[in-house]
Amino acid sequence: MSANGAGGAADGAGGLAAAISGRGAVGHSGGMPGWEAVIGLEVHCELSTETKLFCGCRNRFGDEPNTSICPVCLGLPGSLPVLNSRAVELAMRIGAALHCEVRPSVFHRKNYFYPDMPKDYQISQYDEPINVGGYLELPDGASVGIVRAHLEEDTGKTTHVGEGGRIAEAEYSLVDYNRAGVPLVEIVSEPDIRSSAQARMYVGELRAVLIATGASDGRMEEGSLRVDANISVRRSGDQELGTRCEVKNLNSLRSLARAVDFEIERQRHVLESGGIVAQETRHWNEATSKTTSLRSKEEAFDYRYFQEPDLVPVIPSEQWQSDVIAGMGPMPAERRIRLARALGAGDGEALDPALYDQVVTAVELGLDVLVLDAIQLGADPKTALSRSVNEIAANIASVSRLSAVSFERLVTLERSGKLSATQAKAVLSEMLARGGDPVQIAQEKGFEALESDQLADAVKDVIDSRPEEWKRFTAGDEKVVQFLVGQVMKATRGKADGKAVVAELERLLAISQAPRAEVQQS
Amino acid sequence: MPAGGAGAGNGDREDREDPAMSPTVTDGKLSEVASGDLPFAGEHASRQNATGGPFQTATEIAAGVSKGEFSAREVIEEHLARIAARDGELHAFNEVMSRDALDAADRVDRLVASGEDPGPLAGVPVALKDNLCTRGVPTTCSSRILAGWRPPYDATVVRRVREAGGVIIGKTNMDEFAMGSSTETSAFGPTLNPLDNNRVPGGSSGGSAAAVAAGFASLALGSDTGGSIRQPAAMCGVVGMKPTYGMVSRYGLIAFASSFDQVGPFAQRARDAAMLFEAIAGHDEADSTSLDRPAPSVSSLLGAGVSKLRVGVVSELVDAASADVASRVREAANLLATAGALVDEVSIPMCTYSLSAYYLLAPAEASSNLARYDGVRYGLRVEAPTAEKMTTATRSAGFGDEVKRRIMLGSYALSAGYYDAYYARAQRVRTLILDAFDTAYKRFDVLLAPTSPTTAFEIGSKIDDPLAMYLSDVCTIPSNLAGHPAMSVPFGVGDDGMPVGVQVLAPALAEPVMFQVAVVLEDGAPTAKSRGATASVVPAHAGQGEGTPV
Repeated sequence: MSANGAGGAADGAGGLAAAISGRGAVGHSGGMPGWEAVIGLEVHCELSTETKLFCGCRNRFGDEPNTSICPVCLGLPGSLPVLNSRAVELAMRIGAALHCEVRPSVFHRKNYFYPDMPKDYQISQYDEPINVGGYLELPDGASVGIVRAHLEEDTGKTTHVGEGGRIAEAEYSLVDYNRAGVPLVEIVSEPDIRSSAQARMYVGELRAVLIATGASDGRMEEGSLRVDANISVRRSGDQELGTRCEVKNLNSLRSLARAVDFEIERQRHVLESGGIVAQETRHWNEATSKTTSLRSKEEAFDYRYFQEPDLVPVIPSEQWQSDVIAGMGPMPAERRIRLARALGAGDGEALDPALYDQVVTAVELGLDVLVLDAIQLGADPKTALSRSVNEIAANIASVSRLSAVSFERLVTLERSGKLSATQAKAVLSEMLARGGDPVQIAQEKGFEALESDQLADAVKDVIDSRPEEWKRFTAGDEKVVQFLVGQVMKATRGKADGKAVVAELERLLAISQAPRAEVQQS
Repeated sequence: MPAGGAGAGNGDREDREDPAMSPTVTDGKLSEVASGDLPFAGEHASRQNATGGPFQTATEIAAGVSKGEFSAREVIEEHLARIAARDGELHAFNEVMSRDALDAADRVDRLVASGEDPGPLAGVPVALKDNLCTRGVPTTCSSRILAGWRPPYDATVVRRVREAGGVIIGKTNMDEFAMGSSTETSAFGPTLNPLDNNRVPGGSSGGSAAAVAAGFASLALGSDTGGSIRQPAAMCGVVGMKPTYGMVSRYGLIAFASSFDQVGPFAQRARDAAMLFEAIAGHDEADSTSLDRPAPSVSSLLGAGVSKLRVGVVSELVDAASADVASRVREAANLLATAGALVDEVSIPMCTYSLSAYYLLAPAEASSNLARYDGVRYGLRVEAPTAEKMTTATRSAGFGDEVKRRIMLGSYALSAGYYDAYYARAQRVRTLILDAFDTAYKRFDVLLAPTSPTTAFEIGSKIDDPLAMYLSDVCTIPSNLAGHPAMSVPFGVGDDGMPVGVQVLAPALAEPVMFQVAVVLEDGAPTAKSRGATASVVPAHAGQGEGTPV
């Protein structure tokens, strides 16, 4: 199938994304006037299949070394690969999500010797990959082209052991083949990225897409996503690309950003001092925060690619493709648009940038569905969004305890003034901790038993009768808080919630200091 | 021991030293009987073969065992005795699996005793080329680099032979990693031609061909990448068949050139080869290149004759052969014509490019297939200070010259800057050869050609001249490039008295018609005294065709 239809639709949506974001693309030339960085990323994504790409071994991180192995993934003589159709499905989903054309594809052998590669060749896709020619829309509205997203097998994992003054002979390496044959999709971007911030944003967005397709768990710390960066710099306005270096070993977004910044600076320095950048592969060293040369272009491997004779071409039927894509949910870009629309964006109306950032965060965290459902039930959009990206985000692991119905009730209690913002937060925190209905929790906390206006009245009475203490409180004397709370407790015969009283005191304090903000809030 | 370093501490070797041991110890009935002089030998005297023993053909053994006329154990003991008596000299086997074979024979006998169907190969001794994985039994490819390696699994064909009641009797010698045409590149020493010990048995499946020719096994499996079943079959005077690519699973066949390799049978007669082919053929989900269709029944057509079949004699391949071999092919064509076939000459000029294309493509695949022998996980390891040096030292010590030559040829053909001129061009030639055959098969049902351009040559005569050796496969390689089935049928002898094989080539999936023709050739083949043997190389089958007396 061709992803053209989806691509066309997304083109329109992409324009809207730029419009609703209310801000331009991330700035790129910061700190480097006169120069421009050109960055392309290769992201290796481990697919979340039950079994490996060419055999029935478990595909799971963290098993005892060399327990998930068989003659096929060990490359024992006589063994043959059989393609895992689930991996093909996930690759096609990735292709569809990135607006690629899904094509008939073949596997090749990439030949080179390495101890953690059981066959001493990697089965990969070469000049006929399954997905070609797509793009990824970033939250800031920029679009990064996708050259290809192809299937290949992972290698084993080598741990080098032995240091500390011993001679070379004393050192050894341990190889774990559990990872050998794990399915990967390598996603190669066009050199459309211009800064470390944008590189980071691209990988973050790609990660969200991969999770949304069900193709990956997105765990960079477990190596589920691994990034290589191709980086070059050129004078601003130049049309020709500079000589690029490929930087490997980028295991986190932070490493990626730091390595990109280091490499840009390094190359700019080389060029500014009249040197030439050598085309080479470089290694990012986290400890020294530097890239160092791994091998030059001349030392690059000749992989002697040829078509893998043990496998047959992959020609997915139209039916299979549409079945696979039909099972996919909406991608982050589309979800951002939906949420932004629910907040009033659209038809040329841009969201407030701060609000759009909350939209991006909510989608990133997968909270957009909850927020949209709550809005659908009648919750105030901005309050729901704010609570989701602040309080719920802080306790994201417990989000399953929260239903859209109870979340809407909470937001509405707050919106209607039955709970103060602080009370609402306290109740929400309780809902996340143990579930339950917000009204009931508020009652237990004394919020509902003492209607919030009653509590407010009681606090007001105490303040009015104790102007001296109030004055000390507003001046920042924290010791007086307990006294004021005690007075309120006494006046309400213990019905008030201590935290709620503190919250009310702080609310009044805020009003006294920023009265206009308070007007907006309620 | 011929097996050299292959397989440490296998009890089977001791069995080979004392052939009479097993019968004497385990079967009281035979305890008084010397090897080679078994009580039922006389009953089967009419089927005696070159070695003078009974139980010549697989079909007869399977029938006799199934009916309880004799036991599988008796059959296996007889064959083990022959091996013990003569394989020290011939070196057909790298490993004789005496105990496993006797255990398997007993299982077959128990099935028969309990009235269960023991399978179509009941009690038939089957030898396996040593590049077919056998669980727990050394599988070496006759290479130092795999010496002693015991696979943790059986090849699909091995499993199927067992399921059909066949008894695996041993692993046969071969050219190292199937690279060669004489079995002389084996790291464990050459196999001798049972018909003339100064000559090669052909290769690379020379051990399997010799095992069948010598009566060590009724059937054998080999692998054919460029003629490695058919050429040794021709040189040893037995039937050898390469199936359509994808007809037989390659799972567990240690790869030489994956897009060419096929496993196929050796037998004394075409109908026995058909029986083994039917047992191993058919889809295997462990091999992605395995055809997803039922294997054709070939047995049912064996007696159908060749009336009106269109047979083309490939002139380029006949021209490539020596005069005596070419004469046998023309005589075979005449025989078919007499039997009612429509015979004509056909020119397929593309065939002349086969050898060149093959020696780029097959080594290219081999260079990649053999990369895994790096000393890291299994097989030979020569220790060295770094992983890279260890791998270099291991491969330098572990591979023989011919294997190294082909790895280098193949690596070169795939290298940046040379790929288009060599590998890619050879692939185009392969396509053109396939097209040329497709065109020929519009006019003909089968094609006829020599199998080997010469009869078996003398040991040592070509081993130092790779090109001369490569030319030995000039008539068989085209079928591998096309992925088509082909088989060699013994048809008379050459001027030197050594057997000549005539090759029947057929289009993809046309095994049934190919066997149909083979049976007619076999039944009508001239027989002659062979050198060094005491009986006919090719037994005439009385009452069929034009069988000539010995």
